[in-house]
Amino acid sequence: MQYNINENGYYGDFGGAYIPEMLYPNIEELRQNYLKIMTEPDFITEFNALLKDYVGRPSPLYFAKRLSTRYNTKIYLKREDLNHTGAHKINNTIGQILVAKRLGKNRIIAETGAGQHGVATATVCALMNMECIVYMGEVDIVRQAQNVARMKILGAKIVPVLSGSKTLKDATNEAIRDWINHPVDTHYIIGSVVGPHPYPDMVARFQAVISKEIQWQLQEKEGRSNPDYVIACVGGGSNAAGAYYHYLENTDVKLIAVEAAGKGVYSGESAATSILGNEGIIHGSKTLLMQTQDGQIVEPYSISAGLDYPGVGPMHANLFKSGRAEFIAITDDQAMTAGLELCQLEGIIPAIETSHSLAIFNQKKFKPNDVLVINLSGRGDKDLNTFINHFKL
Amino acid sequence: MNRINQKIQENKKLLSIYFSAGYPNLEDTKSIIKNLEASGVDMIEIGLPFSDPLADGETIQQSSTQALKNGMSTALLFEQLKGIRSTVTIPLIIMGYFNPILQYGVADFCKKCHALGIDGLIIPDLPLAVYQEQYQKIFEHYGLINIFLITPQTTVERIHHIDKQSKGFIYMVSSASVTGGKSGFGNVQIDYFKRIEKMRLKTPQIIGFGIADYLTFKLATNHAKGAIIGSAFIKALTSNGVTGIEDFINQIKNEQNT
Repeated sequence: MQYNINENGYYGDFGGAYIPEMLYPNIEELRQNYLKIMTEPDFITEFNALLKDYVGRPSPLYFAKRLSTRYNTKIYLKREDLNHTGAHKINNTIGQILVAKRLGKNRIIAETGAGQHGVATATVCALMNMECIVYMGEVDIVRQAQNVARMKILGAKIVPVLSGSKTLKDATNEAIRDWINHPVDTHYIIGSVVGPHPYPDMVARFQAVISKEIQWQLQEKEGRSNPDYVIACVGGGSNAAGAYYHYLENTDVKLIAVEAAGKGVYSGESAATSILGNEGIIHGSKTLLMQTQDGQIVEPYSISAGLDYPGVGPMHANLFKSGRAEFIAITDDQAMTAGLELCQLEGIIPAIETSHSLAIFNQKKFKPNDVLVINLSGRGDKDLNTFINHFKL
Repeated sequence: MNRINQKIQENKKLLSIYFSAGYPNLEDTKSIIKNLEASGVDMIEIGLPFSDPLADGETIQQSSTQALKNGMSTALLFEQLKGIRSTVTIPLIIMGYFNPILQYGVADFCKKCHALGIDGLIIPDLPLAVYQEQYQKIFEHYGLINIFLITPQTTVERIHHIDKQSKGFIYMVSSASVTGGKSGFGNVQIDYFKRIEKMRLKTPQIIGFGIADYLTFKLATNHAKGAIIGSAFIKALTSNGVTGIEDFINQIKNEQNT
């Protein structure tokens, strides 16, 4: 069985490009060129140099001793939180802006929920001297004021989105509409492994650096390149796609995807797509999504803005359906408690998204000799207010 | 023969109107259709509302959102359209995004459309290649015409490909824009209309997006078989309700015969 993308742009039954004709030329241009560009020697050289000197890669693979003792197993943390701008998102925005340059684009658009992808996009646009427009739901603009300020300082224009629920899903719709209105000069930097083909594959390839590094780092530390488990949180799923990528076809390595259960999977306020969703089309991709019986897309909920998305990328839909990955749902409260625990056991403040992955120990037992790699996808500086309010600190 | 093809053969420029089913009021569907036909409209696109209409501007987004709030659903729309063919004779097309149709079941959806006397479908986010591979046989079995779009960015090669696959008409998007985005046509649009006109495609074209009044209707139909009005009609419905339909259509057709 093949878990990576096939030649038609599908992961099993999922993926494809369900887009209006207005977007056909944009997507077709990208589809025909992305692999060619990404394999050019000068592209690889420039991409790797920026990842090293600008982003600060390789990100460390850190053996979390006290956390391991607490749960009586061997836990490594892949420190994507130490990247420039504080999360894995920048791996993708660096890659895509280099693609955009080579396609001759001079205007960049992006969607953002929590603002991490928006900041990562604004950052690379400043670096490459490109115009940057970020679509962000009005509700998220209020919730994530600090990231809005960062994007503004970096020179991006923030467009508040007033349609629908005024959050990530609607910001994505609005960015797609912008692209329809600007089909020639604009590149749309999607922030996750979602959207029409080739986006899920392109973003996964840029994030694949995470698992590539895990392989040699684990070899150095444990004398083996394969962990027993790779664990990552999934909203759209880009950090998970990157952490899984080089292990997808290696079934000795078990994959665990952690979703946000919000206030409880069946509380009506949840983002646990694998349980609550079914097959359909969202943002140009056939995948699993939360929807009514009538096919209207449902508003998700999570305390973490980065997991607050009603779908998952098509790679993850296939990993779920095929049973290749185990999906675990974690509530707001469980995630917050696990996040605080990491702060106090290891001196690392994780993003609330990432905190969901750290909460699986209550639901799943591991053996003392199991080697786990948890992708620590982002740092929690942006979430300090949520931590303070949640624990009344 | 399918009513769309019959209509296309008439020796006149066609006016097609789009509205969102369930807007402004849940039960307006039938009376909007009847008023449009009585006002001399040639063809109607019934919008099946969707929560996330990617190709639509503010006006149609809002009418879709309101229609859903009012309680519109696929099953209810079909219920409302029961018996529509006892009075209405002009072509009726359902326009909607693919996900609600997929959830209803494509074959069931087509079967229902056929039973109700629907003539065609416009599904902007169902790509031509997927349609051909998976759904064309079903559509044809139920006598439904699937309408494809072209835009100013569509390559000549792809236009010919789409023309070859098309029945009824080609929906020609006037400019690089979502619906209701740009009003008025400049030289860029007119040049594009002329360029397509010169290609002498086998399938007639009907122009949509940016048509709002007598002048834009005339400019478009100078170069095409007809034109589609959506956002401007919905705005008129918002202001004047169903009783204002005749006046709105008269304004569009006003000097058409003079």
